Amino acid sequence: MPPQRSIAVAAELLGTLESRMPDKPELKPLALKLGGVSKVFGGVQALNAVSFDVQEGEIHCLSGENGCGKSTLIKIVTGVYSPAPGARIEIFGRRFDVMTPNLARSLGIEVIWQDLALFPHMTVAENIAFDELVGTRPRAVWIRGIHQRAEAVLARLGVSIDLNSSLNSLPIAQRQIVAIARALMGNAKLLFMDEPTSSLSQSETSRLLEVVRTLSRQGVAVVFVSHRLAEVLEISSRVTVLRDGKLVGVFPTAGMTQARLGELMTGARFEQGMSARDRSSSPAVLEVENLGRSGEFENVNLTIRAGEVVGMTGLIGAGRTELAHALIGMTRPEAGAVRLNGKRIRLRSIRDAIREGIAYVSEDRLGLGLVLKQSIADNTVIAVLDRILGKLGLLSPQRQLNLVDHWIGRLAVKIGHADHAILTLSGGNQQRVVLAKWLATNPKLLILDSPTVGVDVGARAGIFEIVRELADQGIAILLISDEVLEVLLNSDRILHIIDGRIAGEYDPRATSAEELEQRIYA
Amino acid sequence: MKGAYRRLQSEVGAESLPLLAFLLIMVVAFSMATPRFLTTANFSSMAFQLPVLGLLTLAMLVPILSGGLNLAVIFTANISGLALAWTLIKFGGPDGGTMALIFGMAAAIAVGAASGWVMGLVIAYTGAHPILVSLAMMIFLRGLGEFLTRGGDISGFPDQLNIIGHGGVLGIPVPMIIFCAAAIVWHVMLRRTRHGFAVYMVGSNIEASEYSGIHTKRTITVLYTISGVICAAAGIMMAARFNSVRVGHGEAFLLVTVLACFLGGIDPFGGFGKVLPVFVALIILQVLSSGLNLLGANQHLSTAVWGLFLIGVMAARWIAGNLPFLQRGKIH
Repeated sequence: MPPQRSIAVAAELLGTLESRMPDKPELKPLALKLGGVSKVFGGVQALNAVSFDVQEGEIHCLSGENGCGKSTLIKIVTGVYSPAPGARIEIFGRRFDVMTPNLARSLGIEVIWQDLALFPHMTVAENIAFDELVGTRPRAVWIRGIHQRAEAVLARLGVSIDLNSSLNSLPIAQRQIVAIARALMGNAKLLFMDEPTSSLSQSETSRLLEVVRTLSRQGVAVVFVSHRLAEVLEISSRVTVLRDGKLVGVFPTAGMTQARLGELMTGARFEQGMSARDRSSSPAVLEVENLGRSGEFENVNLTIRAGEVVGMTGLIGAGRTELAHALIGMTRPEAGAVRLNGKRIRLRSIRDAIREGIAYVSEDRLGLGLVLKQSIADNTVIAVLDRILGKLGLLSPQRQLNLVDHWIGRLAVKIGHADHAILTLSGGNQQRVVLAKWLATNPKLLILDSPTVGVDVGARAGIFEIVRELADQGIAILLISDEVLEVLLNSDRILHIIDGRIAGEYDPRATSAEELEQRIYA
Repeated sequence: MKGAYRRLQSEVGAESLPLLAFLLIMVVAFSMATPRFLTTANFSSMAFQLPVLGLLTLAMLVPILSGGLNLAVIFTANISGLALAWTLIKFGGPDGGTMALIFGMAAAIAVGAASGWVMGLVIAYTGAHPILVSLAMMIFLRGLGEFLTRGGDISGFPDQLNIIGHGGVLGIPVPMIIFCAAAIVWHVMLRRTRHGFAVYMVGSNIEASEYSGIHTKRTITVLYTISGVICAAAGIMMAARFNSVRVGHGEAFLLVTVLACFLGGIDPFGGFGKVLPVFVALIILQVLSSGLNLLGANQHLSTAVWGLFLIGVMAARWIAGNLPFLQRGKIH
């Protein structure tokens, strides 16, 4: 596609120019300045002479694929790891030779890790004020004072959360805010946020980004780590890209594109064009008529044809996953009918769905998609045990091995040994095993629910390559995702779901990502 | 060749080798300490004593693998024993004959299976914690048993029952043959059947298993039912060994079965573990207690030594997993 390519080339030139330009005079003092930071773990060079700086009050994104050294860098700044000799660490203009976690905290450096490290059974106020509640000596705690201060911090962020509700009753998005508030109670001046939006919906994300901007206006420097390129470009003024432990460069986000950023992170070119095709003459595989389930979705009509990829997007909570659960027999629809290859089906469990040829890749890969602690081999065959039976109806290790080898090879999963636990794999390879598991069931309909959550940019392209290939073999595919660009580039048709109803249908070739986003987040 | 070795290792379990080494050391030590250890009489008496505990441990093993626990194993065995005794007495007591014995064993197994089935249903369909459900079942069965027997013994069984408890085939005690057969069946069930596969998966992540098409509710119901059946077998064997049935027989074994499972490397949180290491662990416990007994030590002391031994094994596993020089040469 010539217009796209020329934009990419222009962006590349721009990027190269800017990264080569001599440092402009800094307008603001630096909150953090790192130079020559290296770290080796057991022969693996996690960081190689990386420099990194953050201005006071700046929102700075740290980007790179899993394993590129982002977490190691954060841990060096916060004193968890010590860097190899030769590193320079300057914080708020002061040079430090040795950093410790306590020193980092006293300087106002706080980290919000992805898992938040909060206390689910304590109240919001207790979580925010936690660091004041603990100490070496037992002492009386002034509850009202704590409430007042916690409230003041939340007011500073411009949000209100009931201080007395227990943390585990809150949605993830609000827990995220609680974690930020807790960091601010410790007078954070430099805040690292590790993948804060990975489990948030788009609307929750935009609210969180607003909070981050508020922090920035108040002079708190925020280092934002995210896989979602769109929000990286939206929130930050500069982005530092790491790849394989090396600094690729520091780029202003003005003029940067997602495609260009993806290239910088992976070192490979992403010229994924639109892949939409017209499948209207293929036979229908799935036909859904007036399907409804109270409180979840109603009057849903949709058809997916052989070889067709139908994208379904909309806000989280719009009923997308609920619809998928009804299509795989996890819940039963109260109204309407579902036909598969023209035959009316009534599913009572996911086992019925598998028998009929419906496969479901869950949005929650770690909790529902895989049995993480068990082996790659067992996870691959779990849905097709009846196909690896040998003598006397016993499971045959040889047949299992053959099946696993076949699918691992076919989907190019990078593994050490099939007996290793699946949690040793990267997100992208885990998702390939999930696909292998479902492809082994020989599905007619494949439902992909947010298939790229927690998957690197580079690995995402690989996943969608497989999806296209499957569609070409005649599998009908329902692609559910809240990443608009992903749906746009990989679907043949796009359905927009609002409050459990299908509100619109779009042809990817006749619409743009901006237009779709406007309709969805209107 | 390498494949065959790997296969052997994965079937046997890496946990077995240190346990076997330890067993060897203990056998040598006891042999040197007392001449009565390495005798046919001693080995035969160990082979008669071990199987009851062994069967009860198998009954505990699969629930633990599935992420649960079956605290009702002893009283399920007792109640099954009662069913056996009741049937035998109905059919003529000491003069009952083989048919009475077959009916009695069928009744015992039916009672054991029913008790396990009810527990399994409740655990699978209500989602109640296995510890609570099996504890409730244990208390129910104990109360029921004590009510029915008024706390006394029931005896007066036909001679055929004696064979199960005291007989031998080619010099091998019948109880040991039954236990070994059960252990082999358990091994095959866990490693080579769909049910066994499902048990491991359910033990690691029940929801992901359900989403992958495993019938998790049926798996749980079936595994507790099978646990009840093997309890019944233990109950029959206890009746045969002691020639009487009393509610409370073998009560002290309950926590020892858990101990044997953990000693054999079963993951307390479920999902991992094999039969053979547990088998070896049981032999170690038996050798310890018989050996100490021969040395004239108090019965209670050997219980204390069992506990100490488990603590030692935990410490040794931690050391083996954490000392760098032991890690060298390992792939992962």
